[in-house]
Amino acid sequence: MSQRAIVLYLHVHQPFRIRHYTIFDAGQNHDYFDAGPGTRENNAEIVRKVAEKSYLPTNEHLQRMLDTHPDFRLSMSMSGVALEQFEKYAPDVLASFQKLVATGRVEIVAETYHHSLAFFYNRQEFEAQVTMHKDIVQRLFGVTPTSFRGTELTYNNDLAYWADKAGYKAILSEGWDPVLGWRSPNFVYRPAHTDNIRLLMKNYKLSDDIAFRFGNKAWPEYPLTVEKFISWVNNSWQEPLINLFMDYETFGEHQWADTGIFQFLEALPGAWLRAQGHTFMTVSQAADSFEAADFIDCPQTTTWADTERDLTAWLGNQMQQGAILSLYGLADPILQSGDLGLIEDWRKLQTSDHFYYMCTKWFSDGDVHAYFSPYESPYVANMNFMNAYHDLRARLAEKGADV
Amino acid sequence: MRVLMLGWELPPHYVGGMGIVCDQLTRQMAKDGVDIEFILPFYADYSHIKHMKVTAALDQNAETLMRSGGTYDSTYYEIRMSSGQVINRTLHEQVEAFAANVGRLVQYGTYDVIHAHDWLTMRAGIAAKKATGLPLFVHIHATEFDRAGGHFGNPLVREIEYVGLHMADHIFAVSGRTKQTLIDEYGIPPEKITVAENVMNISPELIAEEHDSYPYLEAMRRIGYKVVVNAGRMTIQKGIMQLLEAARLVVDKRPKTLFLLAGGGEQIPELQMKAAALGLSGNVMFTGRIEGIGKQWRDSFRVADLFVMPSVSEPLGLVPYEAIAYGAPAMISKQSGIAEVLTNVLKVDYWDTHEMANQMLAVLGNQDLHDTLLANARAEHERLSWAPIAKRMYDRYHCTLNRYGRRLLESHV
Repeated sequence: MSQRAIVLYLHVHQPFRIRHYTIFDAGQNHDYFDAGPGTRENNAEIVRKVAEKSYLPTNEHLQRMLDTHPDFRLSMSMSGVALEQFEKYAPDVLASFQKLVATGRVEIVAETYHHSLAFFYNRQEFEAQVTMHKDIVQRLFGVTPTSFRGTELTYNNDLAYWADKAGYKAILSEGWDPVLGWRSPNFVYRPAHTDNIRLLMKNYKLSDDIAFRFGNKAWPEYPLTVEKFISWVNNSWQEPLINLFMDYETFGEHQWADTGIFQFLEALPGAWLRAQGHTFMTVSQAADSFEAADFIDCPQTTTWADTERDLTAWLGNQMQQGAILSLYGLADPILQSGDLGLIEDWRKLQTSDHFYYMCTKWFSDGDVHAYFSPYESPYVANMNFMNAYHDLRARLAEKGADV
Repeated sequence: MRVLMLGWELPPHYVGGMGIVCDQLTRQMAKDGVDIEFILPFYADYSHIKHMKVTAALDQNAETLMRSGGTYDSTYYEIRMSSGQVINRTLHEQVEAFAANVGRLVQYGTYDVIHAHDWLTMRAGIAAKKATGLPLFVHIHATEFDRAGGHFGNPLVREIEYVGLHMADHIFAVSGRTKQTLIDEYGIPPEKITVAENVMNISPELIAEEHDSYPYLEAMRRIGYKVVVNAGRMTIQKGIMQLLEAARLVVDKRPKTLFLLAGGGEQIPELQMKAAALGLSGNVMFTGRIEGIGKQWRDSFRVADLFVMPSVSEPLGLVPYEAIAYGAPAMISKQSGIAEVLTNVLKVDYWDTHEMANQMLAVLGNQDLHDTLLANARAEHERLSWAPIAKRMYDRYHCTLNRYGRRLLESHV
């Protein structure tokens, strides 16, 4: 019997949320990310809260799973801005991640430090942020990433081409039907126009059964047991890979502990490994282990967001487009200023979440996405952001830049 | 189903939003097969209205009624009857006379329910209920508590409201906020109140009109000025004092900003003094009284880069619907009922002048934000309709009639 592997990939991210930052602050205070205690944008408090609900208990479970099952492996990506906040606000969380990675069976996937969309606006800046991310991963974990993922699983031929030239073994994308056509996401693919890199595509059906539907009592399959889940996985015609990609915060934050999500997670390796030939692989391992079944041509940009699986959650309306264009419009004077504080603030404003908070796609319908926004409305999110942008300009102007 | 509806105004004769609401609500009801007799305290040529029967309960025209003064006014005004006879009535006597005549008129018709709008028609509603034994529904667009800017208000009006609300079999409130006012200020049990938010349909022909009322403001906009507009009655309830405080902060940051305050009201002299004291005489303009939903009214929104309704207390507030339809994104106070309905508007506390200024400056300084806000608000407004609101009312009619053990006269609905 040939080998079959689950590739479990978890994404860890926390943005530096902008505080209620008014036009009266602009030109005066530069503390965009320092919301006061008790406010909804207080980053330290949010990180502590998510640490208690998700990061610490999940890592405890993952550690036990690694200790118990020598064949259990997983991959993670952790944005630089998240790691930076762990160092600042939750060193216990960082230590628990370091312990996991020290087992040698947890791969860290590369991305931009700032969880940005820089690839689409400023290629040089994008590369600088990937390097920054590589540096922080080396510093905190002593490893060098060999696979790559775009922010929010953004993917297209260009990004794959770039990652191939940059020497990565693998890149991740959504297993989106219009791209796959009749094909299954449960194979390793080769991106069009590339030589060595391999593409792993998310099995969104099985991934979302865990990430979105697990605790939904209205779902006909509720409650989802590990046995039931494994039986679905086994139905996949013995295809080699099951790519389960999801937000790390699925465990304990999106699906609360009382849904039984932790028990499900911990029971998964035992149930899967029981059958012969079953194993877990990291992203790079899977790319090394299997031949590409076909090549994938994806000229359009896909993401793992919403039913559209495109960039419209970040760039769908005029104020989002205006905001991101304004910000990247400052690239030259900011980078030339040589002011590291100014450059870093500019970069933190590139984090994709800021644009996501301005999304109005679902705003009228009592949107569930509002759960993820600390702001009263997408418009208020835009105001805070643009006021911070104005302050960047004021700081540049003070240095004599022509902005 | 047959509805006896009691109103105080109906377009083209009205002073506030209630007349528009009565017109649009009855049109929806007629479309749904409801027969309506609409009784007014004045006669006028309503031959163009085909969707219901309009009846005058008092022998006077609309202009005469308007001349009877306001709630706080005890002056006797001269009223010339159609017979040539001259009498004097205060507003309160108008209310009494209306009630007395409605009590007599209803004996000639057959109805299932009585539906009365606001305090002015409540005595008439009670009289009709006494005369017919039919259930009374009171529809609250505004309470005296709201009109008095969150104070007690006129005790005579409060008493009429108090009695009317308690005599009603069921109450329709225009917002959750109004429902809460009725519970807190009038001691009404919550289960007796249904929230039915007024909407406002605006015809495509009106929306498509060209702007021509404010050439000066257009000229100023061409040289870089932005225009913030408030339209409504200039009274303490509307929060214009706070708007002026915020305007000062806006003009400090953005001197090329003009504020157009469209509408009449007793607070205008005070507001003029305030604007002057703040050094804003050159930035703040008053139109004085203009015709509600007239061309100047509609054009005030067309010339606006932002419409602001900073009401201290607003049961619902229809004007944002108009502002959005005619092309101005809207900022409203969180103390307005319409904040429960619209999502694609800016919402601020009326007392938070600093935040009000911050958000005004954001819209005036960012065309992308302006356009996104407006486009989404327009789409949202277009989705709103009277049909589900009227349906909610029928459900309450039926529920109450069942309790009465009555059968409908004609059960189309």
